[in-house]
Amino acid sequence: MDLLRRTLRTGFAQVEALLDRVFPPTWQPLYHLGALAFFCLWIVFVSGLYVYAFFDTGTVDAFESVQNMSTSYWYHAGVMRSLHRYASDGMVLFMAAHLLREFSLDRYRGARWFTWVTGVVIIWLVYVSGITGYWLVWDELAQFVAIRTSELVDAIGIFGEPIARNFLTPGSLDDRFFSLMLFLHIAIPLILLMVMWIHLQRLTRPEINPPRGLAIAMLAAFVALALVMPATSQAPADLGRVLGRIGLDWYYLGTYPLADLIGPRGLLGLLGVITVILLALPVMPPMRRPPAATVNLEFCNGCERCVHDCPYEAVKLVPRTDGLPFEHEARVDPALCVSCGICTGACPTATPFRQRGRMIAGIELPHLALKDLRALTDKAAEGLAGDRRIIAIGCDHGVGLEGLGDQAVGVVRLPCTGMLPPSFIDYILSRDLADGVVLTGCAEEACQNRNGIAWTEARIEGGRDPHLRQRVPRERILRIWPGKTGEKALARAIEAFRADLPDQPSAKAVKRPAAQPRPVVADHE
Amino acid sequence: MNKPLKWLAQGLVLALIMVMIGFLANRPAYTNFPEDQAMIRLSFSHGGGRPDCHRRTPEELAALPPNMRAPMDCPRGRLPVLVELDLDGGPLFHALLPPGGLHGDGPSRVHQGFAVPPGTHTITARLRDSGRTDGFDYEREVTLDVAPRQNLVIDFKTDAGGFIVH
Ligand code: HEM
Ligand code: SF4
Ligand code: SF4
Repeated sequence: MDLLRRTLRTGFAQVEALLDRVFPPTWQPLYHLGALAFFCLWIVFVSGLYVYAFFDTGTVDAFESVQNMSTSYWYHAGVMRSLHRYASDGMVLFMAAHLLREFSLDRYRGARWFTWVTGVVIIWLVYVSGITGYWLVWDELAQFVAIRTSELVDAIGIFGEPIARNFLTPGSLDDRFFSLMLFLHIAIPLILLMVMWIHLQRLTRPEINPPRGLAIAMLAAFVALALVMPATSQAPADLGRVLGRIGLDWYYLGTYPLADLIGPRGLLGLLGVITVILLALPVMPPMRRPPAATVNLEFCNGCERCVHDCPYEAVKLVPRTDGLPFEHEARVDPALCVSCGICTGACPTATPFRQRGRMIAGIELPHLALKDLRALTDKAAEGLAGDRRIIAIGCDHGVGLEGLGDQAVGVVRLPCTGMLPPSFIDYILSRDLADGVVLTGCAEEACQNRNGIAWTEARIEGGRDPHLRQRVPRERILRIWPGKTGEKALARAIEAFRADLPDQPSAKAVKRPAAQPRPVVADHE
Repeated sequence: MNKPLKWLAQGLVLALIMVMIGFLANRPAYTNFPEDQAMIRLSFSHGGGRPDCHRRTPEELAALPPNMRAPMDCPRGRLPVLVELDLDGGPLFHALLPPGGLHGDGPSRVHQGFAVPPGTHTITARLRDSGRTDGFDYEREVTLDVAPRQNLVIDFKTDAGGFIVH
């Protein structure tokens, strides 16, 4: 499983790197797959409401009313109909890519199991929504959908009279079936919307809408597709004739032909097994779950910054319990915590300027507490030589840092770059641990922990507390987000950054010790 | 890459996504059933008889609690249904269909299609739903012309006198 995941990860990283050269990060479709799937749903809802006004139920009326949209009213109802179909297909495409990407990024287990499992429920709801939709057109494809779906449902074996017998002969079909399908086709998407909302409950500020530019471009592309390749009906359904060759929507019905090989029962079993595997993924080995963040009450003043910055709704503010003269204190729900450490980066008490004995922050990862963070930083500075020394701070998920460590560059690797309290940059530069600081990690808009990069940037820019002190020379800080495959770009950028570094006023005066052999990467593991 | 080139490439990527969506939404075509064949579908849901109902003697009745004194003692289960479908004298489908339901008290069901070359065919359908050990309770033979892609349904309903050919 891990091999599969890594292979996928590499694949995604390569395509992402390619697209990064073309798109600015906010436009990069692969970084907004969930939001794009959501966007498709909005298009589907709006266009669905529109075509509903033109739809009649009944064996004859249904076909004709849909056909009418594409002929008599092609320039509005026809376009809406095409949008309705293609956005539904787009939803499947983006959903599938989103699932694979979340899997490849290892974002399906630990505290994230809930988001994953609700995602699996979404898959079924999306499919039932789409399949009931095709039913309504009552053309040959609808006939195919009706017969194959009822055979599949009959294979469950809990319904008495086989549903497939409703589609035996032209006379056996009941108009009430259309009303039922229409009802399902409206009710299930609404349930889908509700489950999508549940899907996002464990994420703070989920990105529901894609960035505006991307959304507009995507909508334009869908409209173009609707005009170039309008969605049409196939021949009207005729239960007296067997279906021969038909056009198939492979996004929704791609599995149905498998029933020819393994029978409806086999297909049902296969879909069941796939669902169970997906549901079980979060509890399958290898299980590694680093400990959750903990609050050290003595150092917490209830300022709420960690609550705002945690991307996973894991920290809450609760009334003070220890008698200290503050109204509130932070409390972590370990079940929700993904151990990204971003809360430490948000806590104003997390500063390396503390006295040795009190090197404790209000909120910390037990396996990488404030004192460890400072020790890592000091270690990365050890043995750096020259007058253009760099400390590069990166993360476990983004660009590889292995190639970096040498006498000019020391490396600190964190679970997320967003874990770094900005005071550490001040510390490095003002204590002359190095002459420049490089902050790096995942690609912009693609932070493994969703907000790490954004918060890091905002803390330095001064837009978000705790912000980096004004006195810290910004020209000595390089922020670069090259993503997984950006090692070369990072090395080049660091080289250029070093060359451009202004001379330290003090650098000339101080004589530095000669370089010592030193560990290449100071690591938290 | 300069700006216009980037825009062009962005447009291309979006176009590629849309082509992927538009193409798979209706293509490649799928052959659900060979177009030069016809289909004979045997589909019915019919309950076999109950085995050996017997009329309770007055003594037996008296031994039962008053609210359960039904004159007939019938086991819950139904008999399996034996069905045979022959095409032009050769067997197409012969089966003993077990009763449905958890207690074997439901109807026997079949829903099975067979591809046959179009043309004139003689179809013989036989069914046994009683306890007899030999012969059939219902039989029907039809000779008819089937067209390519015709969906010929053979149903069974006791009310309608046995086999129905649609
Ligand atoms: C139409 C279907 C879906 C929509 C609209 C959707 C939407 C979203 C959105 C908007 C996010 C938040 C992204 C962010 O802010 O970073 C998200 C996260 C997530 N989705 Fe989906 N999703 C869908 C289906 C699925 C499926 C099928 C799965 C997997 C089975 C899945 C797994 C996840 C996971 C694991 C995350 C959390 C990522 C994290 O923890 O950082 N989603 N989804
Ligand atoms: S480590 Fe902190 S920021 Fe990250 S999920 Fe846990 S509580 Fe939230
Ligand atoms: S950021 Fe630190 S001080 Fe503020 S509430 Fe959270 S743990 Fe307490």
